[in-house]
Amino acid sequence: MITRMTVTNIHVIDQDSAYDFYVNKLGFRLVDDIPMGPDTRWLTVSPPEQPDLQLVLFPVKVSKMFPKETAETLIALIRKGVFGCGVLTCNDIFATYEELKAKGVVFLKAPTKEFYGTEALFKDDSGNYFSLQPLNNFSNENNV
Amino acid sequence: MTDQPEFDYPKVYLYRRIVQAKLFIDRHYADKIDLDNISDEAYFSKFHFIRLFKTVYGKTPHQYLKATRIERAKQLLREGGAVSDACFAVGFDSLSSFSGLFKREVGQSASAYAAQHQRTKAQIAKTPLAFVPGCYAYQHGWLDENRNFEETDQ
Repeated sequence: MITRMTVTNIHVIDQDSAYDFYVNKLGFRLVDDIPMGPDTRWLTVSPPEQPDLQLVLFPVKVSKMFPKETAETLIALIRKGVFGCGVLTCNDIFATYEELKAKGVVFLKAPTKEFYGTEALFKDDSGNYFSLQPLNNFSNENNV
Repeated sequence: MTDQPEFDYPKVYLYRRIVQAKLFIDRHYADKIDLDNISDEAYFSKFHFIRLFKTVYGKTPHQYLKATRIERAKQLLREGGAVSDACFAVGFDSLSSFSGLFKREVGQSASAYAAQHQRTKAQIAKTPLAFVPGCYAYQHGWLDENRNFEETDQ
């Protein structure tokens, strides 16, 4: 039986820039930042109230994992905004929207009432996008 | 979809003032700020401001300021700073009040917290791959140049 998700990836184009975005703008907590050789780090963060989920800020560059053509294709798709990385929840979507906007986060959709609840969309510094939703979008009342 | 749309929702001006006050605390946590400064920043009566702030952030401004100072102190201690330096750098006047609050909030003393992180840092420097899931280290090719992992038969 699978019990929990503990580690997952966010493919990023530049780890320094991703660190600034996820830690300084989104307010995620740094978990590990361990040098692994020239220009390579094991860099993971967690949402502030979810310390047991590590998001690996996984650099896409030519390496053993990514041959040149794969790396170039993946970078182009990330920049194009093809990849949605999931839903992030907050207590108050309007305050969170205002705060992130004040910090320079680019929103693709301002908070909007949809049939499933209120939602905003923003993108990270690489081009990955996230849905931002208030926690009460996921209450039972909205799912019946 | 458009970038940074300008739009209004109910009470947008209230949200913006509360957020500005929160960002004010984020920028000035190390200064001598009190609730009057913060509510002045939000242009509210103190009572109304505290109530709205707590509704949005789950903490009163005073609680949020304390939490921000402790978080920043933890960061300084993890980076190797001395307890007294961390205490004064984040805006506390007294080492005893800082130490008491730190222990209540974090669950261990500031010096124990600092020592624990220095031990972890030393371990990371010695065996970095012990802190990375083996599957990632293998895929990255980090195991090739490192002997921190036992080789296994495939």
